[in-house]
Amino acid sequence: MALELVALVKHDCPVCDQLLPVLDAAAAGGAPVRVLSQSDAEETAGQAARLGLSFVPPLDDELALSQRYDPDAVPALLLLDGGVEQGRVEGIDRGRLAELAAQAGVTLELDALPERRPGCASLTRDPRVAASLAARAARREGRIRSRPIEIGGLEDPFEALFDRGLTDGLPVVPPTPERVVAMLEHTSRDPGDVVGIVPPYDGEATVEKVAINAVMAGAPPAALPVVLAAVEAACAPEFALHGLVATTYPAGPTVVVSGPYAQEIGMNAGGNCLGQGNRANLTIGRGLQLVVRNVGGGRPQEEDRATHGQMGKVGSCFAELADGAPWEPLAQARGVAAGETGVTLMATEAPRAIVDQLARDPDGLCASLALALESVATPKQRLAFDALLVVGPEHGRVFREAGWDRAQVQAKLHELTHRRAGDVVRGALGSPEGVDPRFVTDPEMPVAKFAAAERILLAYAGGDAGLFSMVFGGWASGEIGSAPVTRSIEPWR
Amino acid sequence: MALENLEILDPTPERAAAGLPLAAPMRGEARIALVDIRKPRGDVFLDELERLLAQKGHAVERTMKPTFTKPAPADVRREIAARCDAIIEALAD
Repeated sequence: MALELVALVKHDCPVCDQLLPVLDAAAAGGAPVRVLSQSDAEETAGQAARLGLSFVPPLDDELALSQRYDPDAVPALLLLDGGVEQGRVEGIDRGRLAELAAQAGVTLELDALPERRPGCASLTRDPRVAASLAARAARREGRIRSRPIEIGGLEDPFEALFDRGLTDGLPVVPPTPERVVAMLEHTSRDPGDVVGIVPPYDGEATVEKVAINAVMAGAPPAALPVVLAAVEAACAPEFALHGLVATTYPAGPTVVVSGPYAQEIGMNAGGNCLGQGNRANLTIGRGLQLVVRNVGGGRPQEEDRATHGQMGKVGSCFAELADGAPWEPLAQARGVAAGETGVTLMATEAPRAIVDQLARDPDGLCASLALALESVATPKQRLAFDALLVVGPEHGRVFREAGWDRAQVQAKLHELTHRRAGDVVRGALGSPEGVDPRFVTDPEMPVAKFAAAERILLAYAGGDAGLFSMVFGGWASGEIGSAPVTRSIEPWR
Repeated sequence: MALENLEILDPTPERAAAGLPLAAPMRGEARIALVDIRKPRGDVFLDELERLLAQKGHAVERTMKPTFTKPAPADVRREIAARCDAIIEALAD
């Protein structure tokens, strides 16, 4: 194959303006020099007219050559031998340009050019162009398979997404291929891999579909592995997501993230961690719920029969504090290897504060916490509901300084949440709710609130100041309902 | 400035809902399944339904799900389909 010189240029680059007449003259003289423009036809014609070129450079369609040879800057003069690059000069460097041209047997008239001048950024380095090229490549290579939906130029994309029933009532970020492809960069998994089958209509949640919904939720791209692990956990049979969607109870999935990746993506485990203000916290939980809606088909007042619901059903997610923790992270307590980041999902109602500003010993603090735990659902509901207790740092310090580990606190809380049967039987305290009298042989017998000590899940999070903890009541729990599920995020990174 | 279309990706599983035709109205006596989904006092409601159906000469098969929080297991559904002409199952609460 013959050697040839190929130049990549763009219309709005003054350095290209300087080199182009030189290349044009050489090509007009019959030298093997090809110039390709990264700009569009109109811009390229304008540049050619402005510079008085004898040829209007053809376009580098879809920036195919620019992508292939991937210059940082233009003008980029490439010496190709049958398409194989033998050398290049980016920008102007008279000495090297002359050398490269000589290798191709071409003489360039370089005297009018500056000795050296750096070029302009190649159009492929424009972030928007790069994103668009990456998206087109993903579609071409089959990494993106979802149906494209065209939103007309006269439509407001935010309104269009509401109108199509794809949002949770808040605006969503339009899931353009560019945004989805950028998010998929944060997992090594194939976009076609199945993360889970999502009830109630058993929609297949592929990595790609989860990424689309996570983009819509506004999730930071690096949060994708956490959303993927949360979807995997939600689809585990023991989580009973079908029932959780359909129930009249105001419960939804709460996601607790434990481990170093939570910090890497900027999650909040400190002050206001259950509140507003942190993008990752808010959007991971929301991304999961958008998957439930858009992939599973669970919509409020349709499949979702919640009597009241609660704001956490938009999304409920927080990270655990690592510093000063009185015990190992929740994910590690539930089987995730040390050092790995894990998500724990639990079906919960909204959180509520527990105040104890006076306890300085673990027994007293447990007594206060137990009183509040009794009120999950109502104090007369026994054994059917679990709880997620989020211990704040000022309460956690009491346990840490006393050397109480997780199991010891759980055991104490379980012990202190027993009530005499006579107080929790149907009709006691004037309330018809309660334990079926058939099971009460002795009014003095103790009846547990929780089915086991470990059914009181403990997480550690919150701001430095405030002698408070928070409790999330569970939903129908264990084998008859939903059991918490923990998954490592490592398989999704 | 030209108004360009915006391309977004479909966030749904892209399946058309499988529309099933309604069954023909039942004539005469039938075998009807009543499914107790295990909510409190569901039995009171179903007892009354059974009485009314029996008055009309229908045979009734009572069955139940293991728990109200989860869909009926496949074998329960299959057994009802094999043994009964119709099913009455109501949402709880």
